[in-house]
Amino acid sequence: MAGLFSRMTSIFKAKANSALDKAEDPRQTLDYSYEKQLELLSKVRRGVADVATSRKRLEMQMQSIQAEADKLEGQGRQALAAGREDLAREALTRRSAALQQQADLQTQLSALQAEEEKLVLAQKRLTTKIEAFRTKKETLKATYTAAEAQTKINEAFSGISEEFSDVGLAVQRAEDKTAQMQARAGAIDELLASGALTDSSGLVKDDITVELERLSSSSDVENELTRLKGEMGQLPAGATPQIAAAPAAAAAVEQPASEELP
Amino acid sequence: MIVRIMGEGQYSVPDEHLREMNVHDEALAAAVTAGDEANFSSALDALLSRVRAVGTRLPDEELVASDLVLPSPSATIEEVTELSGDDGLIPG
Repeated sequence: MAGLFSRMTSIFKAKANSALDKAEDPRQTLDYSYEKQLELLSKVRRGVADVATSRKRLEMQMQSIQAEADKLEGQGRQALAAGREDLAREALTRRSAALQQQADLQTQLSALQAEEEKLVLAQKRLTTKIEAFRTKKETLKATYTAAEAQTKINEAFSGISEEFSDVGLAVQRAEDKTAQMQARAGAIDELLASGALTDSSGLVKDDITVELERLSSSSDVENELTRLKGEMGQLPAGATPQIAAAPAAAAAVEQPASEELP
Repeated sequence: MIVRIMGEGQYSVPDEHLREMNVHDEALAAAVTAGDEANFSSALDALLSRVRAVGTRLPDEELVASDLVLPSPSATIEEVTELSGDDGLIPG
């Protein structure tokens, strides 16, 4: 095969051979190689764990954004009930942006899940191969006759080296993707922190919340005012502002004094 | 011959299919040269499906080098070019 993939194949083989060239006494290097394989396997395991961590972070962000969208819908309702269509429109606009963000994350999440599944399978294959190498290594060491063993050792080395190249690439690819995703996740965290997408902790108030609270507190004040006026018997003249009523009251105090004079 | 599909594992493919594999390989090489991503991924798909159909999956505990290494189904032209390049990106 002289095409494209024969080149790819020969590059894999070159890697295996360069690993073999370093081996002077095959029996000694068998143990060394096995140690090396275990080291690499733990690197692969860490790679798989990193992908899982990224996936969980993405899932948590999606939950935060969903909570944000729900909150914005509630704010839209509140604003409409208070007769503030402009505020309701603003809340719904932000909700739609949050849902768009959510859809983007869902696409990334699906890709990451697929990657994670493949890596878990690759890790399993590699573990099995390393175990097979260990068994073979012990057999070869016990029955060592130079010429024959050399061929078998070469076979075992090439087989395991190829598997490592394959898994190594898969991990590298997943790590690249994860790094990109972490950059985006960081950007979303910043958005959440800035209040553009408020977080669900409720510690940071967005402007819509502030406006709704202002509306409800000013209507609370009106209600209190009406209650006080009712208690003071001023309700029929309810339209009269309290400040305007004050001089009248002062005049009412003066009046009896002038009546007592004659 | 032994064929590896990257990210998937190794298959033992009877030698009589070699000619057919070569035809697929040429189609793929042409798509890579032309930078035609759509043709590339359909040709790759066809090749990998053939390998899975006529080949026998090697058990994971088998330690043997492949005669042919094929990219994973999701590979892009860019990745394959990197893999087959002179300074090949294969780690190790």
